[in-house]
Amino acid sequence: MNAQAEALRNALSSTPRPPRAGAVSAALAFGWRGMLKVKHVPEQLLDVTITPVMFLLLFTYLFGGAVAGSTADYLDYILPGILVMSVLFTTVYSGIALNTDLTRGVVDRFRSLPIARPAPLVGALLGDSVRYLVAGTVIIVLGLALGYRPGAGVSGVVAALALVVVFAFGLSWVFTTLGLLMRSPNAVMNAGFMAIFPVTFLSNVFVDPDTLPSALEAVVNVNPVSILATASRGLMEGTAEASDIAIVLGTAAALTAVFAPLTTRLYGRR
Amino acid sequence: MQTLAIEATGLVKAFGDTRAVDGVDLSVRRGSVYGVLGPNGAGKTTTIRMLATLLRPDAGSARVLGHDIVSEADAVRGLVTLTGQLASVDEDLTGRENLVLIARLLGFRRASARARADELLEAFDIADAAGRLVKHYSGGMRRRLDVAASIVVTPELMFLDEPTTGLDPRSRNQVWDIIRTLVAEGTTILLCTQYLDEADQLADGIAVIDHGRVIAEGTPAQLKASVGSGALHVRLLDPEQRAEAQSVLARELGAVHLEPDPAALSAGCADADRAAAAVAELARSGVRIGDFSLGQPTLDEVFLALTGRPADDQDAEEDTTIQEQQPA
Repeated sequence: MNAQAEALRNALSSTPRPPRAGAVSAALAFGWRGMLKVKHVPEQLLDVTITPVMFLLLFTYLFGGAVAGSTADYLDYILPGILVMSVLFTTVYSGIALNTDLTRGVVDRFRSLPIARPAPLVGALLGDSVRYLVAGTVIIVLGLALGYRPGAGVSGVVAALALVVVFAFGLSWVFTTLGLLMRSPNAVMNAGFMAIFPVTFLSNVFVDPDTLPSALEAVVNVNPVSILATASRGLMEGTAEASDIAIVLGTAAALTAVFAPLTTRLYGRR
Repeated sequence: MQTLAIEATGLVKAFGDTRAVDGVDLSVRRGSVYGVLGPNGAGKTTTIRMLATLLRPDAGSARVLGHDIVSEADAVRGLVTLTGQLASVDEDLTGRENLVLIARLLGFRRASARARADELLEAFDIADAAGRLVKHYSGGMRRRLDVAASIVVTPELMFLDEPTTGLDPRSRNQVWDIIRTLVAEGTTILLCTQYLDEADQLADGIAVIDHGRVIAEGTPAQLKASVGSGALHVRLLDPEQRAEAQSVLARELGAVHLEPDPAALSAGCADADRAAAAVAELARSGVRIGDFSLGQPTLDEVFLALTGRPADDQDAEEDTTIQEQQPA
């Protein structure tokens, strides 16, 4: 027999079966996969961060003077808002990435492995959370370069970033559900941004809701994105209200509780 | 230990109004290679996906290695692997990363996962491309990586869905060699294919499937015998002469089948002497022959024999025109 067949035979008989992977280590392995993708296709991160960067520059310098009296004052207001927007936009890509996976054969392999059912999804979102962190960091660094000085210093900024990423983890389950329901990655992108745009704009991310018509103001004030933006501003300035943070974490938990099982079910059914 | 690796009865799966699988029964012995042969859309992939626990059957039941595919799906997943029709590997990762990922998911620790990946890359002759992204792999390399990913832990049963479709002959032979080695080491294989040749080369038993049903079952030899042992294939230099060649062959050998190639036709024929006589008769009547061969029946011929129509619908149209022409 030739050498190749010999090597193959050895490879087949050499290794005993290890004990099954636990749910956590399986999820972490999928998280590692997500980070490898960022490593191999770093342009993905560029796609995700370029829009918020543009918004930050445009809004600050175009509208800053008109809205807040000066660009510096407006930057203080808008930077935590853009941080929120930047990370929330990134969550749409979690749905797109999942849908892209489905159009290929690799999901069949994952689904035929003896691992905990939610592991591929939880793992993918853990990997995506790293992406959310990067998107948020880019905005903060740009803000600092433009002259933003957070009152609560480094710890405040880190706390705000952490809160936004936790909320994004909850929200991204909505988009993974969408990713499993739509036919193509493009359809997920269109539907995803159709949803995330109005939700982000109808919030206090860009303007103080006091100036809005009262009906609209009422909507904006209960929008979880507004509460997230307020909480982030508070954390970065050292004036955060515990109730805002609690609402944000509660919303993230509720989204996860509803959409994580739904996504897992849909993923199992494909 | 039970002797059957797969025992399926009355499996049904419908998508909308289409019954993709419409009552499939299978029994596959442990340690054998069982071929499921059929054209595109016959229900092969759907059957395999049900047995591999990726799809839940609408009706019927199956036990794989003694475990029910619905109620004990997780136990089944621990014993089988699937190599899908689309290569089941991640294109955006390197070959090594793919194997390390699967090894980690199967419970290997970090260092042993890497060691296992390197061992497999070596054994499957992809070590040189280990650090390259899979999307830059050739079809054959991708397939080999796919099979390697399926044996990170040696499976008791392996589902192979059209493992050589789209491969060049050399890569196809490599994949066949790998399958033979797996079988020699004791793995049971369920092989879906559209190529009779492939089933003939590898399988101990074959089920022919069409419109979601098993329409014939047996050893490759039995199946071929039921078709007639072979056919004379002729390619003409001038497609214009095909009608003439057809009438000569019909006279000499009987039923003639027009190939999709406008210059090619074939006729059922078991006997080399009669084939030679028919070729001589063609030459005498002035038909210029490019080449000819006496070959094994193709899937198309198996289908023609079993169902009275070819595997491909386009051919079916051509065949009706033959029948219309014949009385003339």
